[in-house]
Amino acid sequence: MAAYLVRRLFQAIFILLGVSVITFALLYLLPADPVRQIAGRSATAQTVENIRHQLGLDQPFIVQYWRYLTGLVQGDLGRSYLQRSEVSELIAARLPASLLLMAGAIACELAIGLTMGLVAAVRRGTVTDQTLMIASFVGVSAPQFVVGLLLLYFFAVQLGWFPIGGYGTWRHLVLPSVALGILGAGWYSRMMRSSMIDVLRQDYIRTARAKGLARGTVLLRHALPNAILPVIAMIGIDIGLFMSGIVVIESVFGWPGIGQLAWQAIQRVDIPIIMGVTLVSACAIVLGNLLADIVTPFIDPRIRLR
Amino acid sequence: MSETAIIAAPGAETPGAARTGDMPVLDVDRLTIVARSPAGDTPLVEDLSFELRRGETLCIAGESGSGKSMTSLAIMGLLPQPAVRVAAGSIRFGGDDLTSLDERAMRRIRGDRIAMIFQEPMTSLNPVLSIGRQLIEAIETHTSETRTQSRARAIEALKAVRIPQAEQRMRQYPHELSGGMRQRVMIAMALALRPDILIADEPTTALDVTVQGEVLELLRDLQREFGTSIILITHDMGVVAEMADRVIVMRQGRIVEAGEAIPLFSAPREPYTRALLDAVPRMGDGMKGTAAARSVKPVKPILSVDGLTVRFDIKGGLLGRTTHRVHAVENVGFQIGNCETFSLVGESGCGKSTIAKALTGLVPFTGNVRLDGVPVSGLDREGRKRVRRDIQMIFQDPFASLDPRMRVGDLVGEPMVIHGIGSAQERRDRVAALFERVGLTADQLDRYPHEFSGGQRQRICIARALALRPKLIIADESVSALDVSVQARVLELLKELQNDFGIAYLFISHDMAVVENISDRVAVMYLGQIVEMGTRDQIFSDPRHPYTKRLIDAVPVPDPSRKRHRFPRMDSDIPSPVYPLGTGPVRNALVDMGEGHLVGAVS
Repeated sequence: MAAYLVRRLFQAIFILLGVSVITFALLYLLPADPVRQIAGRSATAQTVENIRHQLGLDQPFIVQYWRYLTGLVQGDLGRSYLQRSEVSELIAARLPASLLLMAGAIACELAIGLTMGLVAAVRRGTVTDQTLMIASFVGVSAPQFVVGLLLLYFFAVQLGWFPIGGYGTWRHLVLPSVALGILGAGWYSRMMRSSMIDVLRQDYIRTARAKGLARGTVLLRHALPNAILPVIAMIGIDIGLFMSGIVVIESVFGWPGIGQLAWQAIQRVDIPIIMGVTLVSACAIVLGNLLADIVTPFIDPRIRLR
Repeated sequence: MSETAIIAAPGAETPGAARTGDMPVLDVDRLTIVARSPAGDTPLVEDLSFELRRGETLCIAGESGSGKSMTSLAIMGLLPQPAVRVAAGSIRFGGDDLTSLDERAMRRIRGDRIAMIFQEPMTSLNPVLSIGRQLIEAIETHTSETRTQSRARAIEALKAVRIPQAEQRMRQYPHELSGGMRQRVMIAMALALRPDILIADEPTTALDVTVQGEVLELLRDLQREFGTSIILITHDMGVVAEMADRVIVMRQGRIVEAGEAIPLFSAPREPYTRALLDAVPRMGDGMKGTAAARSVKPVKPILSVDGLTVRFDIKGGLLGRTTHRVHAVENVGFQIGNCETFSLVGESGCGKSTIAKALTGLVPFTGNVRLDGVPVSGLDREGRKRVRRDIQMIFQDPFASLDPRMRVGDLVGEPMVIHGIGSAQERRDRVAALFERVGLTADQLDRYPHEFSGGQRQRICIARALALRPKLIIADESVSALDVSVQARVLELLKELQNDFGIAYLFISHDMAVVENISDRVAVMYLGQIVEMGTRDQIFSDPRHPYTKRLIDAVPVPDPSRKRHRFPRMDSDIPSPVYPLGTGPVRNALVDMGEGHLVGAVS
């Protein structure tokens, strides 16, 4: 286990390095000029050149990247061009809100997705099954901002059950979590359904029934732990999907997380912030996958981490 | 369905009532089971009636499709409804008709009063729950005992099925146990609550022959101890003879013949029963005449193997270095002459299939292998292709070894396409000729594999292996998945083809009776090494190595008057062929006992 963790962390370093190179290169090739954004429209050519030199943006790509990397290994994500503060501080201030939103979304995905999948598998071929699968298809295909706006319109504006936006109480959390989680819930329900149908055909389910166990016990104790394994692997991948969803959902609901930070930074070509948020997202994806791999052996004793 | 029936079902008074007198425990009357299909209901079981008495063993024998498993599922109320259901008849147990009980009432009988064990011990236990959890759960479902009491009872049940270190086993998971051990756990689970009836559906079919002997012996012992009535469902007439008090022979959903075991075996009334019994390969009466007619010594060796060794690395530690090795095949040597059938026999994990893989180039090996005088290792691309043309394989599972999306004619012709033989028309003619030769017809060429039965599919696989006119065919458990009557015909076909084409066979099997039937020479393998090798008669009439003797003794004889009463029990698993790096198994030196009968030293 310890050897496994060390090896995985080693891999993670290479993944982050790769992500940083690619993102940095893409931003370098971008036609938008960050210096113009900082200097403003009325600045003289001389001012623009001064700022460019100050930020080191007149250096060749390799030099710029090397500077960034040396800062990075010392834990320095750089300074924001426009906000006059450290990127690490900006991210640290907003990360908890985003993590809370993600946790809410995962909870919502699992609760909705697993239940739907389980019910559909048990009622396979019936109207219930078909209805649930159509619903999951809608969940998978609906754009997240549309879902977000619809939820806002009905539950916040019309019914007034939840606040329209903002951050603070659990009521604020509900709608954005659902909006962010509904896509994953659609995927999970389909995955859970097919995995469950497969498991219900296995010999050990027949054994469990032959023991005289109640239907619920057979489903929850014998079938569920086996059927959930592929779903767990999916949660790790899902965290990556969240990162793109978060940018949209946080804007729709005015949620003060790193999604909004990234959105503002992209509009203003604030390269250090974009880099910082990208690296934090990459870390989240790596950690999510690692977590999924670590949890699996606790459910399935046949899997051992090597 | 009446309320009183539900209440009466789980009561404690019925077992007492059933125990007194000669009243049957279970009474199946004119049972008909149908499957729903687009063309209406097709009957799977028709008008089946039988009684089961206390403490007796009733065997339901039949080939695949006879409806024997559906009958057992109907008794358990586990038919895959609504696709399959009971259409008529009754199953009376205690005071109830099981066919009309609702799920709740049925659940209290299942596992408590009627228990069941299944064919596949490898898949019948839940892989994510510990053995203890699965055992305790069965007990807790039907009793009001505390966790501690249930646990004690579970351990007791494991001890009853002779599982060593029962307490430790409780914490283990199914994948940590061998097939034989898992089947014991299943039996422990079924018998922990002392049911009135135990239904065993092909309980030993998936097990090695020595393990089969132990499990059958165990079932007999437990029956004597607990007085359980057993319904044993099997296709193996040897097992029937070993176990049955009474026998029902079924075919296509109907009873063919029923009666006491001894008269049924000695004087079967129905032609089908007779055919079924005749088809069973019996030890000690293989085709002696034909084998003797052929020369015992190979004229010209087609395949010669010397010092064949296959090892697999097991990696571990931080840097993934090799720490252990599986010594799958260790220093094996033999020769096969043209027109000769050489058999490798042994139990699962002994390395016999690994040898087949090494010979066909599917796993790396060390040692000297020559095909028709030419070494097969160290060849270039072309050379390897030539070797593959000369060695063909027939596999165990005829359902899995044919691509379901290809026409069978194309499947058989494919090897010729790969090796660039003939024009399309020539290939088609040759495939048609091959089809005729293996007992199929040329107009079946354009059908798909699912339109054929298991036996027919195995004939297609044989035709495919013959397509390139190989010098050697490796048949890896090629008849194991077939019903006995089909098996006998396929073996006959293999012999005919050998006489026609002069092919050598390397026949790999765990089935001693089949091996005796078809082989010229036999090698017995144990833990990756050959422990005894000689002609068929030397091995079967004069076995010298204790393991060979044990294997031969373990084969059930299809004759109930020769029922064996004690089978030497081996309560531990076969030792593992995994060794730490740098160490290895002791190499078994073979000593010639005369006339080429080689026997390994007994360790």
